Amino acid sequence: MEVSRDHLVTFLLRLADDHLILGHRLSEWCGHAPMLEEDLAMPNIALDLIGQARALYQYAGEVEGKGRSEDDLAYLRREREYLNCLMVERPNGDFAHTMLRQFYFSAFMHPFWEKASASTDETLAGIAAKAVKEVSYHVRHCGEWVIRLGDGTEESAARMKAAVEALAPYVDELFETDAVSEAVSKAGIAPAPASLRSSFDSTVQRVFAEAFLDMPETAWPQTGGRQGRHGEAMGYLLAELQHIQRTYPGAVW
Amino acid sequence: MAKNEIPLWEVFIRPRNGLAHKHCGSVHAADEVMALQAARDVYTRRGEGVSIWVVPSAAIVASDPEHKDENFEPALSKVYRHPTFYKIPDDVGHM
Repeated sequence: MEVSRDHLVTFLLRLADDHLILGHRLSEWCGHAPMLEEDLAMPNIALDLIGQARALYQYAGEVEGKGRSEDDLAYLRREREYLNCLMVERPNGDFAHTMLRQFYFSAFMHPFWEKASASTDETLAGIAAKAVKEVSYHVRHCGEWVIRLGDGTEESAARMKAAVEALAPYVDELFETDAVSEAVSKAGIAPAPASLRSSFDSTVQRVFAEAFLDMPETAWPQTGGRQGRHGEAMGYLLAELQHIQRTYPGAVW
Repeated sequence: MAKNEIPLWEVFIRPRNGLAHKHCGSVHAADEVMALQAARDVYTRRGEGVSIWVVPSAAIVASDPEHKDENFEPALSKVYRHPTFYKIPDDVGHM
């Protein structure tokens, strides 16, 4: 089954935006991490994510065919044109929040990339094959921290619990289905997000059991990111992300 | 955080198969799993290795710098311990 160009571009931008925005959030820790080891570990992960975003933006620009480069797509769109899920734009909070957010996202992306490495779309399959190795490490690294903070001191356990509560409303959006995700999964380009739920749940359950954490419950799941409706934090994030390109258009490294 | 909750670990990296692990530095970590991850993140960012060892720094027994003279100086005057008195045939090339 063929997928329309619009659907494919939207799908690629959603995926690319998730990676750019989360990569940017992680990079905010650079120089501020609680210890030198994490001051390198988090930017390492951020660079993996931004590398994946670059490949996806390049491909999105190519498919779109309007001559937009990866930089145009990353730096020169307006807030409502970003299609990332809400979880990735959440402020870093403390180290427990950041590790849990990264763990959730990686636990979702790991089965996603695994399936996508057999994509009918050769370019995406190539991006997936590289990404799956990177994201395996992210799951492991962040999972180990979730365990150690959850099963750590009284203080660290309380912070981890607070993080689970704070991020609970943003989990369900990862698995949302709409016309775009349906078209893309029917064409065999990428897995349907809902089909990744059981893998995600078992990864989270395994780690939470060791961390003495309860699985999150959500009374009011948040949604809207995939349609470009973002939280208050997003505008501030974009201001920082975009200001060099806005102030000096076309500036290069 | 109390200091003893994140002890020091010495990191050894094997650059290629066939070479020995070489000491390259140290990291702080709560346990051996986190120490390996920290070592990977700090010391293998530029493709430095194919294998990592971490060892608790406290497990290393070191020689006393005060014993430097009695330990090492006697070796200095024994040049015959160096294999420099043999003629190496040209065919052997660089050794």
